[in-house]
Amino acid sequence: MGINFEKNSDFKNRLIIFVILFAAAIVVVIPYIWMISNSFKTTMETLMDPNHLLPQTPTLEGYERVLTGSPFFKWLGNSIIVTCTNTIIILFTSTIVGYVFSRFQFKGKEFLFAMLMFTMMVPAQVTMITTFLIIDGIGLYDSLLALIIPSFVNVFGIYLCKQFCDEIPKELIESAQIDGAGNFKIYWKIVVPQLRPCIGALAIFTFLEYWNDYLNPLIYLSSTERMTLPLALSYFSTQHSTDLSATMAAAALIMIPAAVVFLIFQKQFIKGISMTGMK
Amino acid sequence: MAKVILDNIKKIYPHAKDEDKKKKKKKNNEPEKKTNLQITDEGVVAVQQFSLEIADKEFIVLVGPSGCGKSTTLRMIAGLEKITEGNLYIGDERVNDVAPKDRDIAMVFQNYALYPHMSVYDNMAFSLQNQKKSKEEIDARVREAAEILDITPLLERKPKALSGGQRQRVAIGRAFVRDPKVFLMDEPLSNLDAKLRNQMRAEIIKLREKIDTTFVYVTHDQVEAMTLGDRIVIMKDGFIQQIGTPQEVFNHPQNLFVAGFIGVPQMNLYNNCQLVKDGDTYKVTIMGKEYALTEKQCAALNANGVDSQEITVGVRPVHVAVSQDANAGISANVEVTEMMGSELHIHMTSGEQKTIAVVPIDYNTDEVIEQHSTVAFDFKAVHMHLFSNETGMNLI
Ligand SMILES: Nc1ncnc2c1ncn2[C@@H]1O[C@H](COP(=O)(O)OP(=O)(O)O)[C@@H](O)[C@H]1O
Ligand SMILES: [Mg+2]
Repeated sequence: MGINFEKNSDFKNRLIIFVILFAAAIVVVIPYIWMISNSFKTTMETLMDPNHLLPQTPTLEGYERVLTGSPFFKWLGNSIIVTCTNTIIILFTSTIVGYVFSRFQFKGKEFLFAMLMFTMMVPAQVTMITTFLIIDGIGLYDSLLALIIPSFVNVFGIYLCKQFCDEIPKELIESAQIDGAGNFKIYWKIVVPQLRPCIGALAIFTFLEYWNDYLNPLIYLSSTERMTLPLALSYFSTQHSTDLSATMAAAALIMIPAAVVFLIFQKQFIKGISMTGMK
Repeated sequence: MAKVILDNIKKIYPHAKDEDKKKKKKKNNEPEKKTNLQITDEGVVAVQQFSLEIADKEFIVLVGPSGCGKSTTLRMIAGLEKITEGNLYIGDERVNDVAPKDRDIAMVFQNYALYPHMSVYDNMAFSLQNQKKSKEEIDARVREAAEILDITPLLERKPKALSGGQRQRVAIGRAFVRDPKVFLMDEPLSNLDAKLRNQMRAEIIKLREKIDTTFVYVTHDQVEAMTLGDRIVIMKDGFIQQIGTPQEVFNHPQNLFVAGFIGVPQMNLYNNCQLVKDGDTYKVTIMGKEYALTEKQCAALNANGVDSQEITVGVRPVHVAVSQDANAGISANVEVTEMMGSELHIHMTSGEQKTIAVVPIDYNTDEVIEQHSTVAFDFKAVHMHLFSNETGMNLI
C-alpha cells in the first residue's frame, strides 16, 4: 500500500516535470522549426498564409538566391576565419594564463587576478566606444582583424582554466619537472591534456560566441564582401521589403556549422560543465 | 652516481595567508598533524641544522613520525622546495639554485604521480625524450627497465587500467630508466597493502643492486628503514635525532626518542631509576632492585664524567627474562600474552610501570605463563641503556 502510494506520487511528479519540460522544449524549438519551414516557402506564402507549419508549395528559391545571388561563400569564409582564429587564440591564451595564475607565485599576482575578474563585471558596451576609437585609430576599421585582435584574451576562459588547473595534482607537475621538462613543455605535454574537458567547453562557448556575433561586425565592418554571416542576414532586407525566404534560408545555413561543432565537442562540453559545477 | 652533501640545511615555510590555510584545510580533510615544530616570525621551521654527507651509491633512509620534515628534506634535494639556509651539493656542484630539471635526479612520489593521459611506455620514455635521446635508445632502455620490473605486458596500458602494485612498479620504472645521479623515494610503499609492501620491499633491495646509484628513501615505517638503509637518519620536529647504521641505532640509541622509535615492540623504559657512583663503579636501582653495571659501562660513564643522578633505563623486550618464580626478580602481573608463532609477547604491569617481554616459545617444557598470574622479570646490566632524565640523551 505504502509502496503503491509512493510509486503513484513518484509517477505524478515525473508527469508534472515532463509536461513542464515538454512545454519549455516546444517554446524553444518552434522558432527553429518555423525558420526551417519558412526557408522552403516563398516570401509571398509566408506573408499571406502564416498559419501552415508545412510549406504548401515547397521551393528552394530562397536557398538559390542566398547561394547564387549573394557572396554567401565569401561571408562563410570570413566567419570561419574570424571564429576559428579567435577560438584557437582564446584556447591558447586562456589555458596558458590560467595555468600561470594557478601554479606560479609572483609579486602582485592576486591584484592582477582581481583586476582581470573585475573586467568581467564591466559590460562590453561600456568600453565599446573606446575600443572602436582604438581600432579605427590603428587603421583596422572594416577589416577582419578588427574582430580578431580585441578577442585575444578572454577573462572567463582564463578563470575557467585556472579553476581546472587548481585541480591538477601538484605532483604531476613536479614529476614532470624532475623528468627534465621545462615550463612550456609541462604546459603543453602535461597540463593541456589534463584540461581537455575544460578546453572542450571553452571551445564551444567561444565558437558559438563569435559565430553568432552580430554586434561587433556591425560596428567594425562596412563593406559587403568583409561581412560575416550573422551580419549578412540583413543583406536580404532593404528599407522597404525583406526577402524573408532568403533570410530564413541563410539563417538555416548558418546554424549548420554551429550544430556540427556542438556535436563534436558535446561530450567534453557536458563533462566540463558538470565538473565546474562539482567543485 | 654521486655523493650528496647537506650542509646545515634549514627550511622555513612562510606563514600561509588566511585564505590559503582555509583552502588547504577544506581540501585535505586529514587531521592536523601533531608536531612541535619551531615557529618563528618568518614561518614554520620544518627542518633545521640538517647536516649529512651521503656517500656515492649509499642507501640513506630518512625516518620519523609524520610531520617531522622528511618529505621537506627530500623535496629540497629534488629542488622542489627552496632551501632557506645552508648548502646542498650533488656531486661536486652546489645546487641550491639549480632547477629540478637540471639536477639529474629521479623521484618516486607517494601517490605515484603517473601521467594519466600517457601509456606506461610514454610515462617511462618522457624523461628520456626530454634528454633528447634517440628513439632507438629510448626504446631499448624502456624495454629493459620494463623487463627488470616485470611490467612488459603493461607497456601499452594507461595508468587508470593498473592496480596499485602495478602503478608502483611503473613509478619506479619511470625513475629507473633515467639512470639518475640520485634516486629519491618518498614513502613509495605506504599506499600498498601489507603483503604487497613486504614483497616490494624485497624487490627494492634487489633493484638496488641493479641500479647502483645513490638512494634517499623516506618512510615513517621503522621496519622499512632498518631493512633497506645502509644508514638511517632518524628525525623528529625538524631536527636530526641520530644518524647511523641500523645496528648502531638499534644497539646504541642516542636519545630516548630514538630508543622508543626504533624496535618493535618498543623498548621498555623505566623513568625513576637511581644511578649511584661509587668510586670508579656505578650501580643502578630499578624498582627497588640494584644492579651493578659492567666494567665497560662504568668506564664509559666515567669517561663522560657522569655523576650520581636520577635516570631513565631502557631495556629491549628481547632482553627481558620472565620467570614463574615470583622471587626471581622484579615481580609483575601478566596482563596479556600474545602468541606470535615462534615467540611469546608478555605484557606485564608492576604498579604503574609496564614491561613487555619477548620470549622464545619452548614447546618441550610444560611451563606456561598464564594470563593474570604473578611472575618476576629480570635483565642483565649489559643490556641496559642509560638516559639522562634531564636531556633525554644516552649517558654512554
Ligand atoms: N607547503 C607547506 N607550507 C607550510 N607548511 C608545510 C608545507 N609543507 C609541509 N609543511 C609543514 O612542514 C612540516 C614537515 O612536513 P613534511 O616534510 O611533509 O613531513 P613528513 O614528510 O615528515 O611527514 C609539517 O608540519 C607540515 O605541516
Ligand atoms: Mg611526507
